[in-house]
Amino acid sequence: MNAKLSPRLVLGGFLALLALAPVVLSPFSVTLLNYIGLYALVALGLVLLTGVGGLTSFGQAAFVGLGAYTTAALTTLPSLPGWIAWVGASPWLTLLAGLLLTTVVAVLLGSLTLRLLGHFLPLGTMAWGMSLYFLFGTSESLGGHSGLNGIPPISLFGLSLDTGERIFYLIWAFVLVAVLTTQNLLDSREGRAIRALKGGIVMAEAMGVDTSRSRMVIFLIAALHACASGWLYAHMQRFVNPTPFGLHIGIEYLFMAVVGGAGHVWGALVGAGVITLLKQWLQDILPKLLGQAGNFEVIVFGLMMIVVLQRARGGLWPLLRRLVPVRVDHKHIDASAEALPRRTPPKAGEVILEARNVTRKFGGLVANNNMNLQVKAGEILALIGPNGAGKSTMFNQLSGVDTPTSGEVLFLGQPVAGKDSRQIARMGMSRTFQHVKLLPTMSVLENVAIGTHLRGGKGVLSAAWRLDRTEEARLLKEAARQIERVGLGEFMHAEAGSLALGQQRILEIARALCADPCLLLLDEPAAGLRHKEKQALADLLRKLRAEGLATLIVEHDMDFVMNLVDRVVVMEFGQKIAEGLPDEVQQNPAVLEAYLGGVEWWQIRTTPCWRSATSASPMARSKPSAMPA
Amino acid sequence: MEFQIALMLVQDGITNGAIYALLALALVLVFAVTRVIFIPQGEFVAYGALTLAMLQAGVVPTTVWLLVGLGVAVTVVDGVPALRSGRPGRLLGVAGWNLAYPLGVAALVSVLPLQSLPQLAQVALALAVVVPMGPQMYRLVYQPIASAPILILLIVSVAAHLTMVGLGLLFFGAEGQRTPAFSDASLELGPLTVPGQTLVIVAVSLALIVALFQFFERTLYGKALRATAMNRVGARLMGISPALAGKLTFFLAAFIGALSGVLIAPITTVYYDTGFLIALKGFVAAIIGGLASYPLAAVGALLVGQLESFSSFWASAYKEVIVFTLIIPVLLWRSLTSRHVEEEE
Repeated sequence: MNAKLSPRLVLGGFLALLALAPVVLSPFSVTLLNYIGLYALVALGLVLLTGVGGLTSFGQAAFVGLGAYTTAALTTLPSLPGWIAWVGASPWLTLLAGLLLTTVVAVLLGSLTLRLLGHFLPLGTMAWGMSLYFLFGTSESLGGHSGLNGIPPISLFGLSLDTGERIFYLIWAFVLVAVLTTQNLLDSREGRAIRALKGGIVMAEAMGVDTSRSRMVIFLIAALHACASGWLYAHMQRFVNPTPFGLHIGIEYLFMAVVGGAGHVWGALVGAGVITLLKQWLQDILPKLLGQAGNFEVIVFGLMMIVVLQRARGGLWPLLRRLVPVRVDHKHIDASAEALPRRTPPKAGEVILEARNVTRKFGGLVANNNMNLQVKAGEILALIGPNGAGKSTMFNQLSGVDTPTSGEVLFLGQPVAGKDSRQIARMGMSRTFQHVKLLPTMSVLENVAIGTHLRGGKGVLSAAWRLDRTEEARLLKEAARQIERVGLGEFMHAEAGSLALGQQRILEIARALCADPCLLLLDEPAAGLRHKEKQALADLLRKLRAEGLATLIVEHDMDFVMNLVDRVVVMEFGQKIAEGLPDEVQQNPAVLEAYLGGVEWWQIRTTPCWRSATSASPMARSKPSAMPA
Repeated sequence: MEFQIALMLVQDGITNGAIYALLALALVLVFAVTRVIFIPQGEFVAYGALTLAMLQAGVVPTTVWLLVGLGVAVTVVDGVPALRSGRPGRLLGVAGWNLAYPLGVAALVSVLPLQSLPQLAQVALALAVVVPMGPQMYRLVYQPIASAPILILLIVSVAAHLTMVGLGLLFFGAEGQRTPAFSDASLELGPLTVPGQTLVIVAVSLALIVALFQFFERTLYGKALRATAMNRVGARLMGISPALAGKLTFFLAAFIGALSGVLIAPITTVYYDTGFLIALKGFVAAIIGGLASYPLAAVGALLVGQLESFSSFWASAYKEVIVFTLIIPVLLWRSLTSRHVEEEE
């Protein structure tokens, strides 16, 4: 790995080239680079919003317009009311005013449109993108379609940035600060929450992440980047009109992010560069080629976009990255970091979770009928039953995902009903999922670290400026500790998606443990595990039990259940048909009847059923009742 | 406001609303079957109208070359694997539809005395040129990424829309066109004179809606599309090819789009980029129906038509703003009423 370059060296080289650019390049090239910087700033916000967070906005150009028009109006309009006129004295004040206004508008639009489901959101952004654009054009006081001119240049330490070469450094300083802070943010507690937005909302909420807040945060950051770009644009051009803030430019920004590589911070720069240069070149060559004037570059952009999304959905950055051999450093785990504080564990034998007469009806179907059960600290309870017995419905009632039709579920003496996943997680219930929910492209360490979310408190700003490193080290150390504990240590830095299914289930347990829970809900943890792995898992669960943790398991693997748990609750047709010690339950005639019509099923299945010759269907692996009697 | 003006506005609203209803139905259909939010629908409107205008001016419509070009592209994309897998017979079928048909249409429009054809024949020719671009587009743009997330399909739709607008400028130039009315007759309804074109639009829209309904209820292909819309995997297991369903849907959408263009060309000047605004209003209507309900979408379309018509009377400068801003409360209402947990599919 020594042949590879260190990231610092590559970044340093890039900065040196950038610093030299205005000295060696022609003024025209410098102007182009200025535009690339301005566009990259907006595209960077979209990388965060679209590539990382999975939200899409076609309306970013409107935020650029907001920044540009705020400063233009404040610095040029002669008859402003006194309470606001003083802001126009310096562009730096108008930047603050623009950011403030953008915050207000973005929070307002965000609270309206971020609630929109998936594909409705981008349609909504199109709508307000167009409305804001029409507003700039129709407002007489903002100069209508001819716009405002005479905007003063920015001055910095007495130096007036009135030429392209001078403002170049300011623009690129903004871009680099934005890139670095975004990178820092993504590599943090809040960053993991943001990265979970794309395809992991249910899981993240169960780990205590407020995903609506995370959505708003990235929407706001993207809007503020766009606003800053607009401010720079207005003072570079020295005039503004509505044209560069229309919907088609908003679409172009999204193209930049996607073409560059929507998942990568540096992709924004690549995308902005490629699209800007290509546009310049196409605007020159196409009208000559086609013999008429017009915006023909959109034909090429559109086609390019289609091809990129068909052939290389990751954009250009991953392809470029292969050309420059930059070393990828694993995340450092600081063994000397202070351990996280733990919650006071409940006393052994204390009732942790209690279901009282829980009934859940779906229309005429009674999925759970008058179910009662208790889980105590320091015990493992198994919930078993044939297919369709209502175990999953019961699991949902217990975990607060669903609300019982009647009856109640008490967790630590408090009703679960009416609380959302986050509150329940905060109270100390932690769960895994029947269908594994993890973020396949993130490392095992980062996936597990999501579980520590509620044990940290550093926010977006401290993450962006790296003021969170002490806490981050503690969180990562905790995640690493849990990974070692469940036996996935050798996969610490591997992509979570590369693990076998059984290992992914174990990863979920490590993630759940990171929350320092007092109750663990496990949905079929042993499915897909090999014999040795199952033994290791059982050992781990025994260890946790000894530490006073209460565990509820829904499981089909009877060998695993019977040798591990303290008590068993058997369900059939939505009702509890038996409860007791494993040995008692195995002798219970009702249970025998329910499973195999009287045959002693756990004795048949001394070998797991998916290896037995009688099991033709792979489904039988997790469905004992599907076995032929 | 006088009663008579109000009546005229209502009538305008109904005329536009009928067109929006057609477009909204197509958008709902495309979304249900393929999960594509079909932004380029508007370009089919413009292409239909402007192709007809060129035919009526006696010019060979430039769009026919796009038809030929797309045909060649589909032949290459479908033909190469057919050749590789050693099924030259299949290549023949591919080439028949994608080379012979476009070239045949091209020959026809080059030979026929376009200007002196009856109006209906001109309309049929315009449709013959524009409509096949729908399935061609599905094949080239959407089929390779048919299982991508909705968001990716949406971005691709926007890209396809931009490409088509750019091509539209190239084909038709920046000038707008208006075609002669289908009928000069008019109907006296009390104080109101209803022009023939309005009657044609409303009648054709109604007929098309009834025909679509029959198609979905009575025919095997219609049922196959409905099955695909309800459960893609299940339909596939029953032997319904998703590619065929996609092409068929895009055929219908392109047909509805181009026909809408032909219908509105006599009452409004159509420019190469007019389609987008028209289709967006269809979108507002489709979204009122949650991109799922046909009757709600149709009702929404009539609402949008009325809103547009009355706001153009009271605040004409803000007409578009009012219609597009309507989308936000509608979207909000939609999101709040439909409960589901959002996850990547």
